[in-house]
Amino acid sequence: MALEIEIDGKKLTVPDGSTIMDAAHQVGTYIPHFCYHKKLSIAANCRMCLVEVEKAPKPLPACATPVTDGMKVFTHSDLAVKAQKGVMEFLLINHPLDCPICDQGGECQLQDLAVGYGGGDSRYQEEKRSVPEKNMGPLVSAEEMARCIHCTRCVRFTEEIGGFQEIGMAHRGEFSEILPFLGKTVDSEISGNVIDLCPVGALTSKPFRYSARTWELSRRKSVSPHDGLGSNMVLQVKHNRVYRALPLENESINECWLADRDRFSYEALNSDLRLTKPMVKQDGRWIETDWAAALDYVSHGLKDIIARDGADRVAFLASPHSTTEELFALKKLARALGVKNTDYRTRRADFRADALQNGALWLGGDVVELAAAKSVLVIGSTLRKEQPLIAARLRQSVKKGTQLNLLALADDDLRTDTHAKLVVAPAALVNALAQVVAAAAELKQESCQLSLDAVSISDEARRIAASLSEAETGAIVLGNLAQHHPAFSELLLLAQELSRLTGARFGLFGEAANSVGAEVFFRPDQGGLNAAQMLAQPQAAYVLLNTEPDFDAHNPQLAKATLGQAKMVAALTAFRSPELLACADVLLPIAPFTETAGSFINMEGRLQSFNGVVKPLGETRPAWKVLRVLGNLAQANGFDFSSVEEIRAEFAKQLNADRVTGLDNTLKTDAAAVSTAVAAEGLQRLGEVPIYQADALCRRATSLQQTADARAPILGLHPDTLREQQLQAGQTVTVRQGEAEVSLTVGEDATLPSGVARVPTAHPLTASLGAMFGRIDIVRGK
Amino acid sequence: MAIYASGVIFEGVDTSDAGCWHLDAYLKRGGYQALKKILENKIPQDEVIAEVKGSGLRGRGGAGFPTGLKWSFMPRSFPGEKYVVCNTDEGEPGTFKDRDILRYNPHSLIEGMIIAGYAMGSRCGYNYIHGEIFEMYERFEEALEEARQAGLLGQNICGSGFNFELYAHHGYGAYICGEETALLESLEGKKGQPRFKPPFPASFGLYGKPTTINNTESFASVPFIIRDGGTRFLEQGKPNNGGTKLFSVSGHVNRPGNYEIPLGTPFSTLLEMCGGMRDGKKLKAVIPGGSSAPVLPGDIMMDVTMDYDSIAKAGSMLGSGAVIVMNEDICMVKALERLAYFYHEESCGQCTPCREGTGWLYRVIHRIEHGLGRPEDLDLLTSVGNNMAGRTICALADAAVFPVRSFTKHFRNEFEYHIEHKKCLVNHKWC
Amino acid sequence: MLSQESIEKIDRELAKYPADQRRSAVMGALRIAQTEKGWLATETIEFVANYIGISPVAAYEVATFYNMYDLSPVGKHKITVCTNLPCALSGGYDAAEYLKQKLGIDFGETTSDGKFTLCEGECMGACGDAPVLLVNNHTMCSFMSREAIDKKLAELK
Ligand SMILES: Cc1cc2nc3c(=O)[nH]c(=O)nc-3n(C[C@H](O)[C@H](O)[C@H](O)COP(=O)(O)O)c2cc1C
Ligand code: SF4
Ligand code: FES
Repeated sequence: MALEIEIDGKKLTVPDGSTIMDAAHQVGTYIPHFCYHKKLSIAANCRMCLVEVEKAPKPLPACATPVTDGMKVFTHSDLAVKAQKGVMEFLLINHPLDCPICDQGGECQLQDLAVGYGGGDSRYQEEKRSVPEKNMGPLVSAEEMARCIHCTRCVRFTEEIGGFQEIGMAHRGEFSEILPFLGKTVDSEISGNVIDLCPVGALTSKPFRYSARTWELSRRKSVSPHDGLGSNMVLQVKHNRVYRALPLENESINECWLADRDRFSYEALNSDLRLTKPMVKQDGRWIETDWAAALDYVSHGLKDIIARDGADRVAFLASPHSTTEELFALKKLARALGVKNTDYRTRRADFRADALQNGALWLGGDVVELAAAKSVLVIGSTLRKEQPLIAARLRQSVKKGTQLNLLALADDDLRTDTHAKLVVAPAALVNALAQVVAAAAELKQESCQLSLDAVSISDEARRIAASLSEAETGAIVLGNLAQHHPAFSELLLLAQELSRLTGARFGLFGEAANSVGAEVFFRPDQGGLNAAQMLAQPQAAYVLLNTEPDFDAHNPQLAKATLGQAKMVAALTAFRSPELLACADVLLPIAPFTETAGSFINMEGRLQSFNGVVKPLGETRPAWKVLRVLGNLAQANGFDFSSVEEIRAEFAKQLNADRVTGLDNTLKTDAAAVSTAVAAEGLQRLGEVPIYQADALCRRATSLQQTADARAPILGLHPDTLREQQLQAGQTVTVRQGEAEVSLTVGEDATLPSGVARVPTAHPLTASLGAMFGRIDIVRGK
Repeated sequence: MAIYASGVIFEGVDTSDAGCWHLDAYLKRGGYQALKKILENKIPQDEVIAEVKGSGLRGRGGAGFPTGLKWSFMPRSFPGEKYVVCNTDEGEPGTFKDRDILRYNPHSLIEGMIIAGYAMGSRCGYNYIHGEIFEMYERFEEALEEARQAGLLGQNICGSGFNFELYAHHGYGAYICGEETALLESLEGKKGQPRFKPPFPASFGLYGKPTTINNTESFASVPFIIRDGGTRFLEQGKPNNGGTKLFSVSGHVNRPGNYEIPLGTPFSTLLEMCGGMRDGKKLKAVIPGGSSAPVLPGDIMMDVTMDYDSIAKAGSMLGSGAVIVMNEDICMVKALERLAYFYHEESCGQCTPCREGTGWLYRVIHRIEHGLGRPEDLDLLTSVGNNMAGRTICALADAAVFPVRSFTKHFRNEFEYHIEHKKCLVNHKWC
Repeated sequence: MLSQESIEKIDRELAKYPADQRRSAVMGALRIAQTEKGWLATETIEFVANYIGISPVAAYEVATFYNMYDLSPVGKHKITVCTNLPCALSGGYDAAEYLKQKLGIDFGETTSDGKFTLCEGECMGACGDAPVLLVNNHTMCSFMSREAIDKKLAELK
């Protein structure tokens, strides 16, 4: 039913259930407010939005008052303005009036509105209250809590969007204080959003605090370089330096949020770990050199090796965090040199699906569609850590009735209700998914098109199958852990079959900002080696683009050994890393995403381009320019592009508006057989990538590295396993994988299946270990 | 010791008998006859509600909303759980009647709530009991157990097939939980912060389910209404002000206590029942309906009758029926300061005007009382109060402002004197 | 952390509410925990929160919102005197003054032997019995004249 309403004389109709605030938005009328936020529940506590409503004896809060048919609202009448001014006076009596020294100065909603209501002298002559500072952790500063106006947006955010109330308003009345639980910090992976939500200078960015005034900063649009969502951001820049990252609202992607890594990873850009000059290794010693010499070195090196060992002994590995243009140009260079070995899937273990793929793997639809699905099955994902904002979106979907089902390797707290879940050891993941497939086949009374061994179907598997089958719309998504799993091909085949049986669509979460771009443009050519092969079978030369073998490889131990045997390793990188210094022969400083133009293709296949927001640091150059020179030095054709736009034009035929073409999750299934045997010897490692070790930027973002999520990895074991191994939590043990041993603290983790050793990968402490899901041994007596 | 006149709730209750609250004593007084009558005769829900409507019973918690009408708002046919909740969070300064209902006659409340559950299609109820009267919470739990054992509560009550469960929940020191939606929040295990209305509890109450909340005295009046008829109840009082009412009289009278008297009884009669003014002092002022009600000068009070309409006409409200009597020794600035302190202490803190305003009011009154008043302070109090009243989620802000308005109106000279001479006009003595 | 007896009591509280509304029992659980421990330490609140299944800060909000929870240690006997207006008119302040004098402490303080803590209270719903004291949150003492106070303190020693 539509309701008629008149706001300040403007007539409009709004749907039943709208508030006066909703209606005002529709006609572009601004009603002052603090506690109201469109993504949060309505609190109606600040009382700033009081408006006059015809026939109502008192002013009513626009944010909470439902529209009734024929309602007449006056937002600027005497009554309304008087009420608003009264509230403003109350807000200011205990608020410090020192905007010039407040970190929020210039972007403070209270300041803006207070100026508008111009109270002048304060009638409040009593002492202002003082409020002790709070410690919310390394990201959010709560040092100036006297500025808090108790709107409770931060509280509601942690509870409603974050899924777990980490901030509360304790005490009552005038003594109310916003705080985290005593001794606890705010550890959500999306905590930084409370900084944006706080309308005053109470919660501010700890890394940014007092480093610049907002009016000195210019705002430039960009795209997050982390997970495959492609969050839109505004980067704020002064003196050629990025000072801050803020969300740029895009309802279909990141809504109005950013994950903490999107927001705080910029710190790495300014770190002294940046590589700012080309370097070459001579007689085992690194020397800085100029670009011409360095490029000449690489060019000659490649030419010689190709001449002597053949182009099939040359490997190009790139990170999916690289831009599409960089990957396209590198691929072009590879082809010009006759190199077929190009790949980006350095964390993948299983490539058997390559032969079956009909196209590039992707999410299989839009994120908005995923969130709208009535039933979702997520397979092999640490969801919150891999996809913080998608996890937050699904949390909202669950509240609206979506059934979230999981096939997980650990029963991590997703801070949302789940419908059904199977938590299994890595070796049992295929079996678990096969159970769901078999259950769906039973339910649909269809035969399975895969030749599948018999499985015994658990109740949870049935619940999952039923949920997907009965839902109007369903989605099946394979997460990072599934993609890194040694039986990824089976998982993919089973997901496809489950999709066929239940009608749910299936796809992959994008691990990196440009996983889909890399999938389209950087897989090996016919006959070329894949990443695992390149890292297992020593090649004569390697070109690494944004790749750090110790952190980015499925088996870092093997990768390091293999690279160590190469005749030449040339690394294009923004950072100097100990490992690259050890294994490379030449380091070329290339621009991170803020210093070059480019584009990322997110997991939906959506191409989002961006410009550099600052000049490259030192002698850093955008990779695409470096590759152009290398192409020219190789005397290859087609290396005269003078901008990323020109490169983009070269692949324009693979674009349809802002979407890339060639995406197809279907697999050829002829004669595909899936073994569901669960076989594992000894302890199975569960080696996920920690959230702030996923890419080169996060790893070097100092504040992110101080968060709870960045704590040093421990050896997590189920209590039963602890007992079997006669270990105790807190004890230090040596674990061995392959050749290497490292010492780790033992932790009890009841969320794990027994027989699993949770030892994260991609961390300095564990980088010498082997495969993410390999066997791991606990060595005692050391 | 408190003294009771005969009436509805305390009819036949011998408060000197330590066993008077037990089930057997209640049964002897005719207890649970109303419930049995309904169940045996399968009286339709509509008829029960009509009887309550006809009784003219108005909510005894403070707002005086007609109870029968409130019950009729419950979506009886709504599938799923519906709740009946009793408000025994009696925290309004001056009010202490519900404590005595639990102390001497808890089964009248239990029976009233079961009938309410029957009438509104609810199978579950909670009684929210003020934390400070914890002994009454324990007693109420015992009374519930007695009723359960006797088959009067729980599954298949009296073999009728009707089920109703009732539980006690205690507060723990927050006046605001007397506000019905704060009470619901508290019952849900949260801070007692009132909810914005709409939606009203009848559609979105406890756990988001349809809920009816009544005061203890309201529920406890129901067995009489059903057993003896709404008309009999109505006739005890006067039109639009049906029944008897418990008045909690405190302050400077000879016999403070609870008095159950017909609505419409002259205040002067009530004062006489209380043994008149203590020490023969002169009546100065009365707050007739709990601390949130506007204060009235003694001479105005002597002309009112104790019912909703008469007190409203005199410029105050019957509220919860707490009659706070003050004699000539009281400095009205000091008295107001104490009340202002209370509201400042008890504001839940969510609404800006209440959170900030209650403290502001208190500090200004405190200053005046301590000889630091300024000539502009009385206007300031008025203006700050105007910016609070009617601008918040619940009525606590209004409750904080009413005393300020009424004290400074009726006893303005004392405030002016205080500001000018930096001391009390009267030779203040609390008691 | 809490005794078996307390846990059983908390379980009895939990049984009053629908299975998916465990949070409702937090007030009762905190009261039971406080009765056992004397006051609510951070660990106690966290334990209760985890037992009920709510976030610790949500339990902390509750513990700090309601006046009768003690967030710091109190004496063996906590005595709360109502001084609200109705009680003040019948000796609330006199009782408070007398207690302060006798115990040698002010509101919010604990005697040096750790026996008594004195608190100022708001309306307890017993104004007709003024002056009233609440002992250890759960015992209401009515008509507390000086003699009655003397007697009570002697009993509590
Ligand atoms: C600040 C405030 C405190 C209140 N305290 C109480 C109370 O202690 N007891 C009570 O029954 N009602 C109290 N009320 C009124 C309740 O909100 C509600 O109107 C009442 O419980 C309804 O029951 P009734 O219709 O039977 O009166 C209070 C209201 C406000 C705004
Ligand atoms: S008016 Fe006061 S007590 Fe009532 S909800 Fe608002 S802040 Fe809380
Ligand atoms: S925005 Fe409406 S009350 Fe805060």
